[in-house]
Amino acid sequence: MTATAIRPGRVENDGEAPPRRKVKHALTRRERKGLRLARALVWPALAAAIIITQIPFLVTIYYSFQEWNLLRPGDQKFVWFDNYATVLTNGAFLSSLLATVVIVGVSVLVSLVFGMVLALLLDRKFVGQGLARTLLITPFLMMPAAASLIFKWSMLDSNVGMVNWALGFIGIDPVAWNTDVPILTIIMVLTWQYTPFMMLILLAGLQSQPSDVLEAASVDGAGPIRTFFSMTLPHMRQYMELSILLGTILLLQVFDPIAIMTRGTGGTKTLSYLLYERAFVGLEIGEAAAYGVLTVILTIIVAMVALRSLFKIFTTEGMR
Amino acid sequence: MSTTMLLTTGSRTVRRTRPLRKRAGSVVLTFITWVLTVGMFFPIAWMVFTAFKTEKAAATNPPTFITQLTFENFEAVFDRGFLVYLTNSFTASVVSTLIVMVLAIPAAYGLSVRPLIRSTDALFFFISTKFMPLAAIVIPIYLLLQNMGLLDNISALSILYVGMNLPLAIWMMRSFLSEVPGEIIEAAQVDGANFWTELVRIVMPIVAPGMAAAALICFIFAWNEYFLANLLTSTVARTTPPFLGSFVSGRGQFLAVLSAAATLAVLPVVIAGWIAQKRLVRGLAMGAIK
Repeated sequence: MTATAIRPGRVENDGEAPPRRKVKHALTRRERKGLRLARALVWPALAAAIIITQIPFLVTIYYSFQEWNLLRPGDQKFVWFDNYATVLTNGAFLSSLLATVVIVGVSVLVSLVFGMVLALLLDRKFVGQGLARTLLITPFLMMPAAASLIFKWSMLDSNVGMVNWALGFIGIDPVAWNTDVPILTIIMVLTWQYTPFMMLILLAGLQSQPSDVLEAASVDGAGPIRTFFSMTLPHMRQYMELSILLGTILLLQVFDPIAIMTRGTGGTKTLSYLLYERAFVGLEIGEAAAYGVLTVILTIIVAMVALRSLFKIFTTEGMR
Repeated sequence: MSTTMLLTTGSRTVRRTRPLRKRAGSVVLTFITWVLTVGMFFPIAWMVFTAFKTEKAAATNPPTFITQLTFENFEAVFDRGFLVYLTNSFTASVVSTLIVMVLAIPAAYGLSVRPLIRSTDALFFFISTKFMPLAAIVIPIYLLLQNMGLLDNISALSILYVGMNLPLAIWMMRSFLSEVPGEIIEAAQVDGANFWTELVRIVMPIVAPGMAAAALICFIFAWNEYFLANLLTSTVARTTPPFLGSFVSGRGQFLAVLSAAATLAVLPVVIAGWIAQKRLVRGLAMGAIK
């Protein structure tokens, strides 16, 4: 039963306007009017979405079949799939794909684990619960550009960084985070920003657990660990799926920390940064457009899987 | 674990020791929670503290904890034209959010309350545009704006933010609207109330908190957006995130000024987010959870 399927039924069952005649499409005048109105309400938004996001994408596809460097304006010609052949064979694409998968995958999973730990800790009564929650969500509200800069120069700097200073207490020598382990610095910032996001969704899940069931488990002598694994974790499955899906969607586009912290060095050149570099530094419009199209194809593959389960979650309303 | 094993010799001992152990465990958990909370918040607290230090005090190793506080960094930030960037950010965020809400509320209403054939398809389309990486559409947009002389134009940026936030807003509004009891709307229709009365007088007040949450999230995403702003604006229409980004190439001591600029840049969104945190959860989950 989908939510959208329930809605049309309401008008059909409306006692005011029962279907009088059995015509082909048993719609009354009032229903038809309602339908027209609904279309009129949706169209402006639909048109805006098509003009702003879909048409430029079609143009990107067109560009991807052209040999076109902005430095040679007269030299624009149609080359079919040459650009795709170039980008798929030059190695930059595959290493960039790997960087994207590693950065997104590790960040999503680590934030999920940290988010779960924090959500479990917050889902208890304790002194300053509200304040702790408020402080914990702040990293997600932080502007990514600001977060990247603060991590780069203030937290992870090799000379004056607070992380190296703290590590000094347990006898670890200063680490040049930004230059030696760039991929780790990116993952650290992203994890820091997305842990609160995961935590909020998971906390909502924990709080929707029926308390009488948990009490029953406790009365029956189940310890907290057993209760967690056999009651809480199954209940939390859909919330974990939701946070992984949304986290992945948001992180697949990640650009800011890479542009600001590493500029794509040391295995951090994600697909969006690679495209940016080819288009706006190399001025290779055709080649960059091909990267764009390939990125979308890959995103669609991920998204189709994600979207299907996402749609299931939304429409079955199992979470309400 | 082992202590309880030793103590569980008689049922009376168990009854007496359990609560005590529980309370001790609770204190430990609370302590751990606070340690983690402080750890997570530390970068932000340190940023704000650094913003009030002198450049010299900001760049010491080991770090300076007690120092003379100063406002000179904030003055320096405003001397660099920060107010212009802040105004631009504000314009782009507010204008785009207003347009998004004007488009999204009727659309979500049409998709959830009113009957519409293929409304699932339309919803599917809207959400799928959210999966489109901005990188995939930025090249034609850049070239178009360049040809039209609209690079470095705050209105152009605002329109793009509309496209970026519209799917999210429609999804959130649809989720909030689907909770309006059907009887309320039917009653209004039976009473002969026309459509706009129905929407403005009856439905909107019920979903007002949800609308506020949706608007706030659109505002936050627009305010924090860096990729498009960095590419499509340069001096006149530059917003705060790319301005902050320009600190990257900074030479000499700049940590305190950077912290001051970052503090000012994140302040509006952080405060708004703190105030609306309870509703934010549902918005962030695109209405999938309460």
